[in-house]
Amino acid sequence: MRINRRTALAGLTATLAAPPLLRATGTVTDDAARAIAVPARVARVFPAGPPAAILIYTLAPDLLIGWTRANRPEECAYLLPETCAKPEVGRLTGRGNTANLEAVLALKPDLILDVGATNATYVSLAARTQEQTGIPYALLDGRFTSAASTYRKLGRLIGRIGEGDDFAVYCERMISTITQRIAYVDARDRPRVYYARGPRGLTTGLGGSINVETIEMLARNVAGETKGGLANVSLEQVLLWNPQVIVTIDLDFAASVGNDPAWAGVDAVRNGRVHLSPKMPFGWVDFPPSVNRLIGLWWLAKILYPKKFPEDIHELTREFYTKFYHVNPTDAQIDHVLAGRG
Amino acid sequence: MRARETAGAMARSALPGFGIALAVLIAGLLLAFSVGRYPVSVGDLLAALTGQTVPQAVESVIFQVRGPRVLAAVLVGGALAVAGTAFQGLFRNPLVSPDILGASSGAALGAVIGIFLSLGIVVIQLFAFIGGLVAVAAVYAIGSMVRSRDPILVLVLTGVVVGSLLGAGVGLVKYLADPYNQLPAMTFWLLGSLAATTPGDLWPLFGPVAIGALVLLALRWRMNVMSLPEEEARTLGVATGPLRIAIVAAATLVTSASVATAGIIGWVGLVVPHLARSLVGPDFARLLPASAILGAGYLLLIDTLARTGAQVEIPLGILTAVVGTPFFIWLLTSVSKTWS
Repeated sequence: MRINRRTALAGLTATLAAPPLLRATGTVTDDAARAIAVPARVARVFPAGPPAAILIYTLAPDLLIGWTRANRPEECAYLLPETCAKPEVGRLTGRGNTANLEAVLALKPDLILDVGATNATYVSLAARTQEQTGIPYALLDGRFTSAASTYRKLGRLIGRIGEGDDFAVYCERMISTITQRIAYVDARDRPRVYYARGPRGLTTGLGGSINVETIEMLARNVAGETKGGLANVSLEQVLLWNPQVIVTIDLDFAASVGNDPAWAGVDAVRNGRVHLSPKMPFGWVDFPPSVNRLIGLWWLAKILYPKKFPEDIHELTREFYTKFYHVNPTDAQIDHVLAGRG
Repeated sequence: MRARETAGAMARSALPGFGIALAVLIAGLLLAFSVGRYPVSVGDLLAALTGQTVPQAVESVIFQVRGPRVLAAVLVGGALAVAGTAFQGLFRNPLVSPDILGASSGAALGAVIGIFLSLGIVVIQLFAFIGGLVAVAAVYAIGSMVRSRDPILVLVLTGVVVGSLLGAGVGLVKYLADPYNQLPAMTFWLLGSLAATTPGDLWPLFGPVAIGALVLLALRWRMNVMSLPEEEARTLGVATGPLRIAIVAAATLVTSASVATAGIIGWVGLVVPHLARSLVGPDFARLLPASAILGAGYLLLIDTLARTGAQVEIPLGILTAVVGTPFFIWLLTSVSKTWS
């Protein structure tokens, strides 16, 4: 068949005019600058990874199809029981796919949401999956500072504009309240914090790593000079950095470091300023890198600048869990969370 | 009479080789103790070592951090080199390294399972140690079920096959692991490091390494015979079967203990025996101690680079490969004649 301009144009027009699978009510530009047609009705959203699952849960728990990994019963104590019990659906992006595309299709999602890095790898993955499945695939920025805009875009994508904006305003207020109170503190005068991971506390987040995103908003990361992700460091290097505060996610390390003669020379250890981060139902400081870290920002601010943040962390926790996790934790539960136990 | 004179002459000719090996180790020790991320002056170092009071941070650097790590590097380097020497002799093959029978793969699987189950560090090390032993025992058991005129070849082939199966097991556990917490820990473990060495790690490392090394040293004469073809060794009245088990068991013991402490560190067990052979010749009575000393010095120097090169640790597995590859090629091109 010969293709002249007219047939080519006719074909193009037909493609453009063809009714899409789901009638769109406009488009939202995702954070990979891709125009996503807003589905007319969104009843089921597939999370591509844990950050997306948490974000959907907070804004619209009824739309969440399932979790990347099944939640543990301990975690479900802090989440809506029926949503928490939703099935494990695997991971569509990130380090290794565990979700099967056919299985994703069988779940009949109206929208696939990925929240996280927006680099070329993830953009191409999003485009490819959308092409293969025909399901709109939105890629939103997972950086902490973008939480508000991510909520706004998600609200538009799932037709809950009011709720999305409400969460966005909450995020903006919280972040600006905290950062404004310490804005007067010169960068050089901020506390020097070492972030410890692993049972021996010798894995840390380098400068710019997503693991220390909240720490670096409020304090100086001693390992921040070298840029990168997670890395191992030697204890000699930690002794040389001599951090004033240590934040850790590891229960074993937090419990043992005080009696470890090797760490006795570190100011943070000597002064009892080793803080174990809460992690239920989702980590407060590090992983998963989603809006669960918002409450961690309050927690960190109170640790680092106790005089500037007189608020009761119990009340802040209750407020956050009520708004974001849709539960009313008891005092005992809040104590349990704040103790950093799993 | 003449034989003894020849042996004496050979022993004398090995002296410079031993001298070089010892010089490397002593230089390594001096350097390793005096440099590090935390500045410790020579005066403070000597004061601390002679029991005088020094600032607390300096004291913990020397006795809690740097000291144990230096000793661990010496032990692991020596152990891997001795195991490599024993295996290269046993398998009559210069390309053999201590992980040929699956000790490293078994230890790796044990360790990643330990990390996957979120166990404590001591239990993870125990899992790695047992994983190495079990893997080699399985290889040996399967290998001896196969009737063949060349039991060595069967053993090596079984080791390769079982090793890749264990590798798949490691891959599976990594695939199932939590990507935020467990996966980085597994990756770091598999790259090898002595960064987290504590004084408490030294005895569990020293015990198996000492036992295995002593067994190998006691078998040094028979190991010379074992490096002859199977039939010739039997003709000389050596019970090759039991002896092979003893050598494999001893070498596996030291390898598993090393890997459990330091993670996967390649190349040391491959490169160092060649270097030692070029220094002191192929007689195991001299080759084993020379390898041990040289391996200790070599890994000590590499580890010193790993902990001083940058603010973050450079994984040992990467450094040993980067340093070991050109070194090995140089060795092959310049002194390859010493093998035959």
